Amino acid sequence: MSIDKTEELVLNMGPQHPSMHGLFRMIVHLEGETVTEIEPKIGYLHRGIEKLAESRTYTQFIPYTDRLDYLASPHNNWAYVQTVEKLMGVEIPERAEYLRVIFGELARIASHQVMIASTALDIAGWTAWGYAFRDRERILDMYEMTAGSRLTVNCMRIGGMSAEPPAEFWPALESFLDDTPEMLEEYYGIFFGNEIAQGRLKNVGIMPKELAENLSITGPVLRASGVQYDVRKAYPYSIYDRFDFDVPVRYGCDSYDRTIIRMDEIKESVKIIRQAIRDIPEGPIMAKVPKVIKPPVGEVYHRVENPKGELGFYIVSDGSTKPARVRIRPGTFVNLQMLPIVAKGWKIQDVVAIFATLDAVLGEVDK
Amino acid sequence: MQTLNNLFLIIAHFIRSLFADPQSVWANLTMDVINFIIVVVIIVLAALILILLERKVAGWTSMRTGPNRLGPRGWFQTIADALKLMGKEDVTPAGADKIIFKIAPMIIFSLPMMTLAVIPYGNHMAPIDLDLGIFYFLAVSAISTLAFLMAGWGSNNKYSLLGGMRAVAQMISYEIPLLFSLLGVIMITQSFNLGDIVKAQHTIPFIVLQPLAFVIYIIAGIAEVNRAPFDLVEADQEVVAGPFTEYTGLRWGLFFLGEYGNMTAVSALAATVFLGGWQGPFLPGWVWFWMKVGVIIFFMMWVRWTFPRIRVDHLMHLAWKVLLPLSILNIFLTGLGIFIYRLVMGG
Repeated sequence: MSIDKTEELVLNMGPQHPSMHGLFRMIVHLEGETVTEIEPKIGYLHRGIEKLAESRTYTQFIPYTDRLDYLASPHNNWAYVQTVEKLMGVEIPERAEYLRVIFGELARIASHQVMIASTALDIAGWTAWGYAFRDRERILDMYEMTAGSRLTVNCMRIGGMSAEPPAEFWPALESFLDDTPEMLEEYYGIFFGNEIAQGRLKNVGIMPKELAENLSITGPVLRASGVQYDVRKAYPYSIYDRFDFDVPVRYGCDSYDRTIIRMDEIKESVKIIRQAIRDIPEGPIMAKVPKVIKPPVGEVYHRVENPKGELGFYIVSDGSTKPARVRIRPGTFVNLQMLPIVAKGWKIQDVVAIFATLDAVLGEVDK
Repeated sequence: MQTLNNLFLIIAHFIRSLFADPQSVWANLTMDVINFIIVVVIIVLAALILILLERKVAGWTSMRTGPNRLGPRGWFQTIADALKLMGKEDVTPAGADKIIFKIAPMIIFSLPMMTLAVIPYGNHMAPIDLDLGIFYFLAVSAISTLAFLMAGWGSNNKYSLLGGMRAVAQMISYEIPLLFSLLGVIMITQSFNLGDIVKAQHTIPFIVLQPLAFVIYIIAGIAEVNRAPFDLVEADQEVVAGPFTEYTGLRWGLFFLGEYGNMTAVSALAATVFLGGWQGPFLPGWVWFWMKVGVIIFFMMWVRWTFPRIRVDHLMHLAWKVLLPLSILNIFLTGLGIFIYRLVMGG
């Protein structure tokens, strides 16, 4: 073997690696620092949630959905209970719908804060990470007041909400909403506005519009590539048709736009929550549903806009108390397809940044 | 006042006077050993204080408390950490190049000892008063590149290797602007001796005459000691811990000591060359010196906890296309300034 031969370096990143958000693993082929090929390997967090559903009753399965995208657990509850309600044809009370919207949008803010924080952390912005997590804490406190737990909230039931928010919830929510502009300004100052951070993210990992559409990417990642698609607007569910809000779109197609679009979305979520607080009626929070939930024979698909992408539940019912089959369509699992295509040819540290902008939660990817 | 200022000189004089002939070989040897011990103590103390200070500064910038459990306000935390490190198992990876793997941390640790030995901590207080002080300092600190590469290669780990390669690319690139930024000062003082450079700043510190050089020196200096935003060598999000990935216990601790020692050395040189070293009114010279070093170290920590990490290609771009031309421009401007000064003053 001659001495002056260069060799391809095959580097195994993960499942235990500081920047692999959970248990993601990718095998990276390196030419110096440049990545020539990426093989993503998933399945290290597979718990068989879809199969578990078949041996649980419809109600018992709700807590399992918390463990899918654990950074936005109300959304998973929401998607699941709405699917079952659609199957059963249950109308839920107005107040419960509004509470669901409030919790869903709070979860969107919290999830986006984690995304901004972890992207900052993946390019070594430690302080920005701390700021975003500090602010997210206030949302977790609000969860705790209402549902008793902070991360896996489990606040929704088939037919409504599990509990009415206590009296101190509303002032806490108001003051949080009042502080959001200041928070966003702070994130911008410490992270997005930074010259080095912009250098790390701008024009890195370009995903053109056509590619994004062909890969059926959804969520903010798609909207950062210039496609105006949001399930809340395109196929309004719950009471989203009553609110006045915009779907933020950016056209840069790069890591920077995929990150900063979450800031725009937080602003829109604040707008929605403010309208919900204004309009929320008094009344019950649970519909009259039978004690034992037995949907009629049939199948149903329902999708919602999860903070990370389109989250769909497909349920087949055989008329018994347990679902015959549950299939989950997680947003980030589909979005993850773009990584080997888009990240090819970039440096190893850019691949880390591109992966961070996907905001993958492995609980959802591996199910 | 004068006593306090010359405190250490008086102590040295007293030790020498214990010998029959104060200038004998034995007296010199004893003084050398004492100087050596002092430098080691400086490094260890600096590491102990700086590690804690770094965590406190990190806490302040990100609105946390930092360590606050052990001792008053957490001041004993580093001691506990050091004790913990000593208790760790010393692991050598199976495929490692054992000799290189074991030598690397020792080299890293020995370099700040060598560089800190020529720094004048006060008037006539340089442990070794070298005529080629700056030259020696830069030559020795360049060796640390080799130690990083040795650690990266010897560990038989791909992350370590990547980190080691990054270290070579980065440190060699930033060595050049670092060196060139100091040339302006040398042109003014016409001396490589650090003591002379400090004395030349009797009326005005060189940061006023050489502001551009100071900025270049600080940027290149941060890159030279591998701190954020130039911490690509040990970028944990990319290469886990770079060359240190496979090190455990005291060997890893030596890297840590060396890192903070290097940081102290680079800051000490900045304080000596640009901020007037031990010169200053009212307080004893050595107090002034350490205060100036402290300000620079605090600035480095502040930068570290504010900025994200720079991109690899931007790193090279900054060194070769921005800092190097600027430092050459600085040399040119300094030469022009000296020429005009002589013309006007008739020198």
